Amino acid sequence: MIAETDPTTKATAVSIQKVNKWYGSLHVLRDVDLDVAAGERVVICGPSGSGKSTLIRCINNLEEHQQGKIVVDGIQVDHNIAHLDAIRREVGMVFQSFNLFPHLTVLENCTLAPMLVRGVARPDAEAQARAYLERVRIPDQANKFPGQLSGGQQQRVAIARALCMKPKIMLFDEPTSALDPEMVKEVLDTMVSLAKDGMTMICVTHEMGFAREVADRVVFMDHGQIVESGSPHSVFGQPRTDRLKLFLGQVLREH
Amino acid sequence: MTALVEHIVNPTLIEARERPELIGGGFFAWAREKLFYSWLSSLTTLVLLAAMAKVGISLFQWAFLDAVWSVPAGPQGPITDSCRALGSGACWAVIREKYRFILFGTYPFEQHWRPAIVIALFVGLFVVSAMKRFWRIELAALWGLMLLLIGLLMWGGIFGLTFVSQANWGGLALTLIIATIGVAIAFPLSVLVALGRRSDLPFIKWLCVAYVEVIRGVPLITLLFMASVMFPLLMPEGVNLDKLVRAQIAIILFFAAYLAEVVRGGLQALPKGQYEAAYVLGLSYWQTSRRIVLPQALRTVIPPLVNNFIGFFKDTSLVLIIGLYDLLHSAQVAVAEPAWQGFGVETYIFAGLIYFAFCFAMSRYSQWLEFGLNMLRHR
Ligand SMILES: Nc1ncnc2c1ncn2[C@@H]1O[C@H](COP(=O)(O)OP(=O)(O)O)[C@@H](O)[C@H]1O
Ligand SMILES: [Mg+2]
Repeated sequence: MIAETDPTTKATAVSIQKVNKWYGSLHVLRDVDLDVAAGERVVICGPSGSGKSTLIRCINNLEEHQQGKIVVDGIQVDHNIAHLDAIRREVGMVFQSFNLFPHLTVLENCTLAPMLVRGVARPDAEAQARAYLERVRIPDQANKFPGQLSGGQQQRVAIARALCMKPKIMLFDEPTSALDPEMVKEVLDTMVSLAKDGMTMICVTHEMGFAREVADRVVFMDHGQIVESGSPHSVFGQPRTDRLKLFLGQVLREH
Repeated sequence: MTALVEHIVNPTLIEARERPELIGGGFFAWAREKLFYSWLSSLTTLVLLAAMAKVGISLFQWAFLDAVWSVPAGPQGPITDSCRALGSGACWAVIREKYRFILFGTYPFEQHWRPAIVIALFVGLFVVSAMKRFWRIELAALWGLMLLLIGLLMWGGIFGLTFVSQANWGGLALTLIIATIGVAIAFPLSVLVALGRRSDLPFIKWLCVAYVEVIRGVPLITLLFMASVMFPLLMPEGVNLDKLVRAQIAIILFFAAYLAEVVRGGLQALPKGQYEAAYVLGLSYWQTSRRIVLPQALRTVIPPLVNNFIGFFKDTSLVLIIGLYDLLHSAQVAVAEPAWQGFGVETYIFAGLIYFAFCFAMSRYSQWLEFGLNMLRHR
């Protein structure tokens, strides 16, 4: 069982205040407020197109927000290059489509950024990469190319690659949505073990089992707004809005 | 079930199964199927065969049976009467007499070993560069070293080599120099331009767009003319760039504009996720370009790149219009002497065969590469 974390006593890892974003005239984030404490695990769910990806991509500036304020580990997300570089170093991200570098081996995928960005010497970077590959339970694939691995293995490499940068915060954008059903579990297990080590995690996912097991908080988004938020038990067990009820009905039908 | 799948995957199997005579029938079955399947097709085949035989025999007769392979030397140079006799074929004697001029131009005769080594060095450099196992950063260093060595051999002036001005460079050696230096400088330049075209900085972006569009909208001949006529007018008094250097600059600018578009195609084919993954890992723009973007983008455009190189190799022959003695121009000038006048066909064939050898090698190489890369992708 995961130890309870109390957001009030911990430092704030991510603070999102009154954030608005538009794509042209499309209003994709509306007055979003969200504080995530260090060590907290937040699961974001909501229907497709509700702005979940956009929200977490604003945290590491893959997308730019137009109004409001985002502070990550005490650093504001703005146009200052030094700020953005610092944030990129502290925030790891795992994508739905893995985005491994196909021309590099698994090991090279994991050592490239630590060597180039953090200046780690090659032997140290390789030792560290092997340790993380061990953690995601694919140590024997280090010299293969991503194309030779299954989807589940690739996603676990992607997690290891992000961890090699020793981030303080990890973002996951539907990490299991592109996987065949039989591979979902191996990736979720990796994420659960990460959560148990106290990593600050913000996960966009519809895996309710995962949310129940590790999430301190579940946030439900719809039409660019945070509609409900609370413990997994209350959000999944006692939905207050019709939108959430409808969504839960659909998700449950699918699974 | 498996049979059905086979049918879908391989339509020729269906054909073979329904028409058993296609299998194992050998040449005659194939010929009957493809060449003589109706009286019209039979007639066409026969007429074309007869025409090909006629042309082939005449050509063979001209090139070999009636050819004159050597002519006697006279007091005022070679006596070419036998070549001019009625019914004589190709006058290959002109090649025997002039091949050194065609290969090396007006380079001093007793120093011909120097451009000969240069040609060998170029060929060696191409072969090494074509091998995937040498595709490392050291290869760039090797190119730098080789070009230095080639310059040293051609110019001389040190190590006891007599100095030879570039006004005397010519022939195949000059063609290889112009083409290779052109590509060697244009290629890196084109990568920068292609990256610049996708830059977020508007000034750089529009500069690159303007450069590519302007150069691509102008024939190479015009560029060469401008380089030879306009360039000197634009330069300050007293500064006089050599004709070869000016032509080389025009050619580099021309090649780079075309290559930039090829490279840009490769950049566009790269999924956005690759940039995003590099970005969130903290890589800088140049780190991303060098380690993530270019290795993948360039790999996908190798076949069109090589195709462009083939075109460029032949395009260099246009330098003859500003009076440089490249391979083609040398072949033309070789028969300017009264004794040899009228034997341009032979020298053009000789030059043509040399162009063909290089271009065919590049073309085969590109096909082989494409095949290899596809295998890699389907692994
Ligand atoms: N680059 C973009 N340009 C224009 N519209 C976009 C872009 N990315 C996302 N959108 C739109 O923004 C909305 C939110 O998208 P997204 O954050 O990806 O939703 P989710 O991740 O919840 O499915 C959608 O309506 C989507 O069509
Ligand atoms: Mg999404």
